[in-house]
Amino acid sequence: MNNAYNFAFFDEGSKREIRRATLKAIAIPGYQVPFASREMPIGRGWGTGGLQLTLSLIGKEDVLKVIDQGSDESVNAVSIKKLVKDTTDVQITDHTSQATIIQSRHRIPEVPLRTDQILVLQVPLPEPLRYFEPSEHETKKLHAEKEYSGAWLMLFEQIIKYGSMTTGADHPVMVHDRYVMAPSPIPRFDNPKMDENEALILLGAGREKKIYAVPPYTRIVSLDFEDYPFEGESFHDKCCRLCGSEGVFLDELIDEATGETFYQCNDTSYCCEILNEAEKAGVN
Amino acid sequence: MGYVAVKGGTQAIEESIKRLKYERLHKEQVLETGQIEGGMRGLIDQVMSESSLYDEKLAALAIKQAEGNPEEAVFLLRAYRSTLPRKYCSKIIETGEMKVERRISASFKDIPGGQILGATTDYTHRLLDFNLMKETEQTVKEWLSSYASGNIPFDELQQDLDLVLPKVLDYLRKEGLIPPLENNDAEPDDVTRESLEFPSSRSQRLQILTRGETGAVTSLAYAVIRGYGALHPTVGELRVGSLPINIEHPNEARSGEDEYYIGEIKATEAEMLMPFMTEKDKGRKELEFEIGYGLCFGQNETKAIAMGILDNCLEHPDSSFPSHNEEFVLLHIDSVESTGFISHLKMPHYVTFQSKLDSVRKTKAANAEEREEVQAYE
Repeated sequence: MNNAYNFAFFDEGSKREIRRATLKAIAIPGYQVPFASREMPIGRGWGTGGLQLTLSLIGKEDVLKVIDQGSDESVNAVSIKKLVKDTTDVQITDHTSQATIIQSRHRIPEVPLRTDQILVLQVPLPEPLRYFEPSEHETKKLHAEKEYSGAWLMLFEQIIKYGSMTTGADHPVMVHDRYVMAPSPIPRFDNPKMDENEALILLGAGREKKIYAVPPYTRIVSLDFEDYPFEGESFHDKCCRLCGSEGVFLDELIDEATGETFYQCNDTSYCCEILNEAEKAGVN
Repeated sequence: MGYVAVKGGTQAIEESIKRLKYERLHKEQVLETGQIEGGMRGLIDQVMSESSLYDEKLAALAIKQAEGNPEEAVFLLRAYRSTLPRKYCSKIIETGEMKVERRISASFKDIPGGQILGATTDYTHRLLDFNLMKETEQTVKEWLSSYASGNIPFDELQQDLDLVLPKVLDYLRKEGLIPPLENNDAEPDDVTRESLEFPSSRSQRLQILTRGETGAVTSLAYAVIRGYGALHPTVGELRVGSLPINIEHPNEARSGEDEYYIGEIKATEAEMLMPFMTEKDKGRKELEFEIGYGLCFGQNETKAIAMGILDNCLEHPDSSFPSHNEEFVLLHIDSVESTGFISHLKMPHYVTFQSKLDSVRKTKAANAEEREEVQAYE
């Protein structure tokens, strides 16, 4: 453990300030609370928002899991885990069910979360209205007035141009009938998982200096139209070639030798757990 | 009191220059240019890139003379560069032939040839390493020998043919995911020999972008992806490595024979993928990938990526954003031009200011008179 720095890197005053912003965010679901985002020892845009939340929350008893692109072994996940481990010495895990804090970029785990868990999402672009309004001063007014016609119009224009809504990751959601929120860069597939989730979901944008939250059991509705309902990414008829799972988010990979396309679970720890269970069952 | 030009400038200038030298030397440390070359790779690469002059030794000298100030070092090198005759133009360099030391794709997990992290600060934690204050030549030697025992010597690595890797984008073109592109091997316009005119050619744009001040190029590209622009790019491929430079035989040009290898340069190349809408027949629209291209001297990844973003912006002018306007971008990102004009504000402006002062006084006096008249009338 690195003793040249404080427990969890920050001084206690900084942690308290971030927690205060977090509490406000929980009290006003979906509202972007500005906070004095600190300079971090990793690049702005590499997950400093999530990391600041994690470091402000983490205690000695916590068990941390970090995901990047669905994987616990992705370079940035490894780097973030290393930093937290180095400054806190907390236990690190790959198992979603064992973690108390899960910091993630891009995915909500396939294993359902529980009330005693906190999911921290690293957010690159917290402003759902930025696409059509570049000015921060203006978007703040639009949120205050619940003036979201721009967001609907954006989706409407996509339907007119392409025949469907073409949002990739980060399809905007309405939080408890009040604020439209950018659900970080999670794929559309994961949007429904936020609705009435048992765990507290915190979203942190370090570069844009915003914290927002989805408290447990909050209503989350992805924006859509009666005749053009919201649709997640579809993996119909496809399953993971390793564990056989269906109905999960799959990565599309190409076998270099044969040129064949195959699919694999994006959530690697989930895939691993299914495989391990299958093996155990086989042995018994 | 009037404004009078200060006399006796000559002596003042001499003393000022002496004082500058004193500031550089008064801690009695002689910085060897070899130390700068060896230990300040990042600054060397940045200065070479902005100077359009590939010479690590000269860059080290410029950095020493400029006391580490990059804008001043670039200024020195650009001025030196303009004294050099141009003897040859190199043969066209195919970046596919780059000997790769680092190569990543943020778009695809499995790229042919694999992801090679190479040397990068990306996964270091920016915690101050206080041990560096105690680093000695002895500890450095020990570390190097232990490193060498576990690694292939650099010279041998250089011979390795596997370091030449296929381009990620070529792979995508084969898949039909991005439109095929013909090489454009026409002689590029040279922005150092002919002044920039608008609309500019792509070769002019790419040159200005690659010579652009690293911070300026980065901040404009940042504005583009943050909201003051219409792009959401992904790094298709980012590679760092050396490129061989060949020239033709001066007397037997175009014979294809007797090419001379004159050395190699290290460069960073970024090929960016941007989703872009194209209009097909009958007004049908389709989403496709467009390319943005960045290439600069040395290992300077942020700039190469930023250049790639701006290249694509300028290919697609959009009047709603200044970052898509070629005049706005190209005329402002040059280090020597922008710092030169900003610093010219420090030159005496006594005469212009005197005449401005006169106008200010006159309008104030006129207003006062008017007020008096109005009051008298009331």
